[in-house]
Amino acid sequence: MKLELRGITKTFGSFVANDAIDLVVEPGEIHAILGENGAGKSTLMNVLYGLYEPDGGEIVIDGEPVAFSGPGDAMAAGIGMVHQHFMLVPVFTVAENIVLGQERVRGAGLLDLEAARRLVRETAESLGFSIDPDARIEDLSVGEQQRVEIVKALSRQAEVLILDEPTAVLTPQETDELIQIMGRLKASGTSIIFITHKLREVRAIADAITIIRLGKVVGSADPTATETELASLMVGRSVNLGVDKAPATPGEPALTVQNLVVHDANGVEVVKDVSLEVARGEIVALAGVQGNGQTELTEAILGTGPTSAGRIELDGRDISRLGVRERLDAGMGFVPEDRTTSGIVADFSITENLVLDLVGEAPYSSFGALNVRYLRENAEDRVKEFDVRTTSIERPVGTLSGGNQQKVVLAREMSRPLSLLVASQPTRGLDVGSIEFVHKRIVAERDNGAGVLIVSTELDEVLALADRIAVMCNGRLVGVVDGGEDRDVLGLMMAGVPAEEARKEAARHHTVLGEADLEADPESSVEPVPQPITDDQVEENR
Amino acid sequence: MTQDDRREGSRGPDPAVEDATPAAPAETGPDVPHAPPSEPRPTTSVTRRVLEDITSSSWLITVGAVVLAMVVGSVLILMGDTEVQATLGYLFQRPSDFFRESWRAISEAYLALFQGAVYDSQAPTPERRIRPLTESLTIATPLILAGLGLGLTFRAGLFNIGGQSQIVLGAIVGSYLGFALELPVGVHVLVVLLGCALGGAVAGAIPGFLKARFGAHEVITTIMLNNTSRFFLLWVLGTAAFASATPQVSPLLESTARLPLLMGPGFRLHLGFVLALAAAFLVWWLMERSVLGFRLRAVGANQEAARTAGMSVERSTVVSLALSGLLCGLAGAMLVAGTEWKLTSSVAGTIGFDAITVALLGRNRPVGTVLAGLLFGALAAGGRIMASRAGAEAELVTVLQAVIVLLIAAPPLVRAVFRLPDPAVIRRRREEVAA
Repeated sequence: MKLELRGITKTFGSFVANDAIDLVVEPGEIHAILGENGAGKSTLMNVLYGLYEPDGGEIVIDGEPVAFSGPGDAMAAGIGMVHQHFMLVPVFTVAENIVLGQERVRGAGLLDLEAARRLVRETAESLGFSIDPDARIEDLSVGEQQRVEIVKALSRQAEVLILDEPTAVLTPQETDELIQIMGRLKASGTSIIFITHKLREVRAIADAITIIRLGKVVGSADPTATETELASLMVGRSVNLGVDKAPATPGEPALTVQNLVVHDANGVEVVKDVSLEVARGEIVALAGVQGNGQTELTEAILGTGPTSAGRIELDGRDISRLGVRERLDAGMGFVPEDRTTSGIVADFSITENLVLDLVGEAPYSSFGALNVRYLRENAEDRVKEFDVRTTSIERPVGTLSGGNQQKVVLAREMSRPLSLLVASQPTRGLDVGSIEFVHKRIVAERDNGAGVLIVSTELDEVLALADRIAVMCNGRLVGVVDGGEDRDVLGLMMAGVPAEEARKEAARHHTVLGEADLEADPESSVEPVPQPITDDQVEENR
Repeated sequence: MTQDDRREGSRGPDPAVEDATPAAPAETGPDVPHAPPSEPRPTTSVTRRVLEDITSSSWLITVGAVVLAMVVGSVLILMGDTEVQATLGYLFQRPSDFFRESWRAISEAYLALFQGAVYDSQAPTPERRIRPLTESLTIATPLILAGLGLGLTFRAGLFNIGGQSQIVLGAIVGSYLGFALELPVGVHVLVVLLGCALGGAVAGAIPGFLKARFGAHEVITTIMLNNTSRFFLLWVLGTAAFASATPQVSPLLESTARLPLLMGPGFRLHLGFVLALAAAFLVWWLMERSVLGFRLRAVGANQEAARTAGMSVERSTVVSLALSGLLCGLAGAMLVAGTEWKLTSSVAGTIGFDAITVALLGRNRPVGTVLAGLLFGALAAGGRIMASRAGAEAELVTVLQAVIVLLIAAPPLVRAVFRLPDPAVIRRRREEVAA
């Protein structure tokens, strides 16, 4: 099936989300749509899937213009979609989820689940994996749930499959398996539209790449294009993907965590006997798949979460018994994982958010009264220094884009001398340009002599920033390795394999992305520490 | 994972820091990656969302609610008017009669309401013509003070229903100090005011402490405390200390303990009204210009973020409820030392509940609360005259108040009626435009 989008336009009020977008997806092609957050990728796919009605343009299938008034029409036309957030009923079995909405019945209204089971088994087999049709969705891993979604789409005779940011929730190894499944789908003639902002994946598997920026198609690229080229197209200017940083000069320990144990509200042990040290002047990245105890660990360090056992020291001083206020006063800066729930007060102005944890101190206030003029000056300065894009410092922070919100949080946390900066997911949801800026500021904080603990689920970020990498899995610290560790080794460690074993296994079998890494950067196969992309290398690549 | 593992990465030379100007496109909803569903995040409580919803509505909503309430009131006036009903019998023969009579009934009623609330053009003396206005201000005084207190807790994210108990406790303490002590002029009033404030603050701090220490929900505890205080008041009035010639009524407050009248003995308006305006200013300063207010607002707007920024949510809970109690206690002082001069079982009326409406109608802001308090004072004062002159039921005013409450509690309905835009949509638009 050949799918064409001609001049698709979609506006929300005065905001043009899609501006005359043209796209052709050939049969059996993996077509990547690359764009930053907010570029209009998801809007375009929602138009294609019948969720939004386009304001202009048409969808053409095999030469025939079609109009969808809902996802049902799109499905009937052979378009399937796997959403970023899965549309599965957690308490239903795999087979039940597959038949949901297209239930075949037998006799007196009984579900023909046997046919569904057979369908699940056959489809899975043809794609080279197996799945238990009677397993309940809630018992499956995220990667398995995603496969159920793919099977579900295929069971509705999808010939074009839309995958919306499918790798955002997967471990590197799961990503690898997904890539293999995509390969088999392609071989069987299914076209795939692959939405992503991850350059590495695009280069590894796409046949064609369309780049969208600010709602417009800004170009198409060959999979052989370099990441820097792709990134530049995506952002609209040349970008530096690597983080330029001098070697770390670790000093005195800033943070020492000893045998920390944390239980969650249900009494489950979520941080298991973790010991970790972060020295001043170094960046330690805590890598791991989301939900493996990193959140609880950082909350314990800040003091917002409870600890069951263990000791936390800041600059050699035991802070385990201190409150949040005292810990912040002792020189800790904290960038929370979820900025909208914990980092900012959305209704507060930029000015107010910039002093959220400083407001009680001089010169921000005196004798309990806010020093309004100083707060305003402070806001003007910070907004300039951190390049927060806003029309006014009085604007509620909730009206800013995510990148600018994050800059406000960073500006606040970095506006006093720090011994330790703990930053969770510092660039989640940010565009390439903002990521570059945030990374630079974090490195600058390190070079000022602060210890930095980064928690990130993005391996790219971990590899770009870390002087040392600590990997967490299932509440346990799997190991601490060097900043330049092999991507595949880290992936295996994130699944709980100890460092030594992971190295052996990774040497035997490289993932697709790992291969792509090696090809792109042949030196790293010899020297395990990858060189940051310097301007010179960018020149060479061109 | 030992020190040996640590190695300095061999890094290339540090090239000059290049221009760090990032492009900043908007990050609209659908594209922003979220945490996977398996990870539960603390969500804002229902209470908080309801409060937010109510307070984020625009001024237009408030005005719309008042207008709509008057329309509903008009219907009720028509239904209660016998002459209008008579014209209904021959509505299709002469519809003009019906409309003329309707107009007469409605305009008479609302004119009487205005005359009773603001300026009585029918009164014989100039003094009596302006008396309605002073009555409105007098009735508004305790409503404003209690509304300020409740609005403060609402902004701190607490649904404080306990205004009534805070007023009652304040009134008990203040009235006792007022009739039991003998103090010089000036000092005595101050002592009474302080006593009321303290009594109210204690009544507020109790649910605050229960919430901070044990997590007891403030809606439950404050409502329970309202009942407790009601029966405590009845018991207190029966004790020897509060006994007077009349059963269930305390002795009269000493004249030194009463709030001075502003316009002489012909009017009930007392110094408390000025105090209420001053309190409004102080509350504004506290919330907008002080560190304490900043913290209360931060906790109210985003508890998680406030906690992460090192603020004590527990402290904020106790402090804001105690402050609310302090202001409600002063509202109690307006009654015992301002207008009643004695403590009775019905001294607080329903002011503690009306003040909730006043605070919400005023969108929890001091200026809004003053205006809403004045409106409610005017409605109460005008309702009496309306009943006697236009024959409309005095309860109509209660209905108007109730309809206003319902309408502010349901902004989508008012928006639909007046075709106002949804604030959420406006916000989204603003983001998009900003991008």
